[in-house]
Amino acid sequence: MTITETNETLYSMIYRIRKFEETVLENFPKGVFWGTTHTYIGQEANAVGVLSHLQEDDIVFSNHRSHGHFIAYGGDMSTLFAELMGKPSGVCGGRGGSQHLHWKNFYSNGIQGGIAPIATGMALAEKYKNTGAIAIAFLGDGTFGEGIVYETLNLASLWKAPILFVVENNHIAQTTPENLTIAGKIRDRFSSFGVSVVEMDTSDVLDIYQQAGKSINEVRENKMPYGLVLNTYRFGPHSKGDDTRNPQVLKQIIKTRDPLRIQAERVSVGVRENITKKMDDEVLTAYKEALEAPLFEDIYENSSDDVT
Amino acid sequence: MNTVLESLNRALLNALKTDERVLLMGEDILDPYGGSFKVSKGLSTKFPKRVLTTPISEAGFTGLAAGMAMRGLLPVVEIMFGDFVTLIADQLINHIVKFPWMYNQKVTVPIVIRAPMGGRRGYGPTHSQTLEKLYLGVPGLVVLAPTALGNPGRLLEVAIFQEKRPVLFVENKLLYLSKLFDINSSPDYSLEQIVLKRDHLEKTENYYPYPIYVLKIADAPKCDLTLVTYGYMAEVARNAMLRLAYESEIFVEMIVPTILAPYQCAPVIRSLDKSKRLLVVEEGTLTLGWGAEVITRVVEQLPNRLRAIHRLASKDFPIPASGYLEREFLPNEEDIVAKVRKIMKES
Ligand SMILES: Cc1ncc(C[n+]2csc(CCOP(=O)(O)OP(=O)(O)O)c2C)c(N)n1
Ligand SMILES: [Mg+2]
Repeated sequence: MTITETNETLYSMIYRIRKFEETVLENFPKGVFWGTTHTYIGQEANAVGVLSHLQEDDIVFSNHRSHGHFIAYGGDMSTLFAELMGKPSGVCGGRGGSQHLHWKNFYSNGIQGGIAPIATGMALAEKYKNTGAIAIAFLGDGTFGEGIVYETLNLASLWKAPILFVVENNHIAQTTPENLTIAGKIRDRFSSFGVSVVEMDTSDVLDIYQQAGKSINEVRENKMPYGLVLNTYRFGPHSKGDDTRNPQVLKQIIKTRDPLRIQAERVSVGVRENITKKMDDEVLTAYKEALEAPLFEDIYENSSDDVT
Repeated sequence: MNTVLESLNRALLNALKTDERVLLMGEDILDPYGGSFKVSKGLSTKFPKRVLTTPISEAGFTGLAAGMAMRGLLPVVEIMFGDFVTLIADQLINHIVKFPWMYNQKVTVPIVIRAPMGGRRGYGPTHSQTLEKLYLGVPGLVVLAPTALGNPGRLLEVAIFQEKRPVLFVENKLLYLSKLFDINSSPDYSLEQIVLKRDHLEKTENYYPYPIYVLKIADAPKCDLTLVTYGYMAEVARNAMLRLAYESEIFVEMIVPTILAPYQCAPVIRSLDKSKRLLVVEEGTLTLGWGAEVITRVVEQLPNRLRAIHRLASKDFPIPASGYLEREFLPNEEDIVAKVRKIMKES
């Protein structure tokens, strides 16, 4: 890929996620979706920058804020919309919803921290089977309050699991700011388990793309765990309409830290217009397709198979 | 003569030998120690790469094992004392059993979690409990309990190789040293092994591979009472049965399932058709326990048809360390004999 092509691809991926999430927030009040949702607006450069380096068999374990990760992984937007709508055509047939997705080697779960050991075990299994695949796990700053994360860092380091822990530090957990939850520095927590870590403070997808490429290579080559702490900003509410932050401060942040705007500068106006139109179209088509998808024919058949 | 411990140890050895996907994980399981209760003795020497000693991180290594299971391996995890299953609750309930179902049956998590439970060794409140009741009725989780009446090692191998669902494998500490029951040298008893058909579920194999054992007094002229229990309590109850027959001419039929959840106990109904009296015995605490479910199922199926329905279980208290006190808190042979005599007198 030429530099121009890379820039255009990264831009269109960010735009696609942005548009998807805006469509989710816009339509939530209409009652088309079940439950709740956590949108990725403002953080798109992280998923796009990191997951652009995936190889076919690599594993991604995501958390509650999973839409951006899923789409950057290559997940289909129509099945994701359908999953939020609770339809049989959804990613998990409507059983999982927004936070519980699985497709190919992508997994997510809505319990903070608990995914860390599971992703690590997956990485170890791939190493044991000699497939060359690695795992990537996404964790938020607030999740570093969970003890299981530290049990996992210790085990991952001891047993040399080929996994990249990507921390998306958006400096807030639901409504609680980082200074009320994190003592010391997140990156030091990696170092104290002997896990090399790189910290970045950028919303520029190119920076993240380049560093993630290096980190992922190291995981692959050395078959060991690494950490990548990405300081980032959540532009929207935690889920829907639950933002307690000062809107003025947020506005200022959005001005300087919008990954879409930053990457837009690297794409010519004409190409940008084409991408915008194409992505708007794709998202709208996906939304409509999900909306029109049929409901369950046999609820019992779909809700009660082989559990017990 | 073989013990339950030897049977389990041999099964693990066999599993490691026959399949490279099998991995053992747990605290202090390496030789020469071989685990707190020696179930993994000799294994790390033969398979150093696949017998992994862990930090004291029950949730962490159980989660690791789950991830391995989801990617094609067959991990067996040992929780040093069953009391510590509290620490894996989130991994088990919100991760392991959820994945197959919430991912629309696109994944399996074939993990086996072994947990030595039970008291009578003076270990006190936090190392003597029978905590499987906390995990009974968790959808998607199979809870198994070996019995000396059957083949504990075989049960473990079935759990490792045949069962695709996550398994909690409950081993009672006193059961470890119990001798495997040999009907040929036990002329006082007759033993039947029942395997239930899965006629309502044809997706996988047609039989539950988890036998239910029915122990009777040989040539019993009648059936006075059906006693349902599992694990080590079956050893205790077996002795009580003999005393009741010889001393009081009371004939008890004992039903011992090896699968506690999902609940599968049709033979109980069959036996109650004859006896009309039910006693459920368990080492876990009385209130809201396994016995409550057994009884409810019976009552649902046989309303107003029984003469007596009773439970015997541990007192609803922590378990004291002092052997003098502990004896009073856990159900023993004397308690069973007295309870059955009382039931016979009153019904
Ligand atoms: C074990 C657990 N506790 C609480 C929650 C509720 N919860 C969901 S997301 C969230 C905040 C997570 O913050 P962070 O890890 O920083 O991720 P972010 O939402 O900022 O992406 C909380 C408290 C949960 N899902 N799991
Ligand atoms: Mg956060």
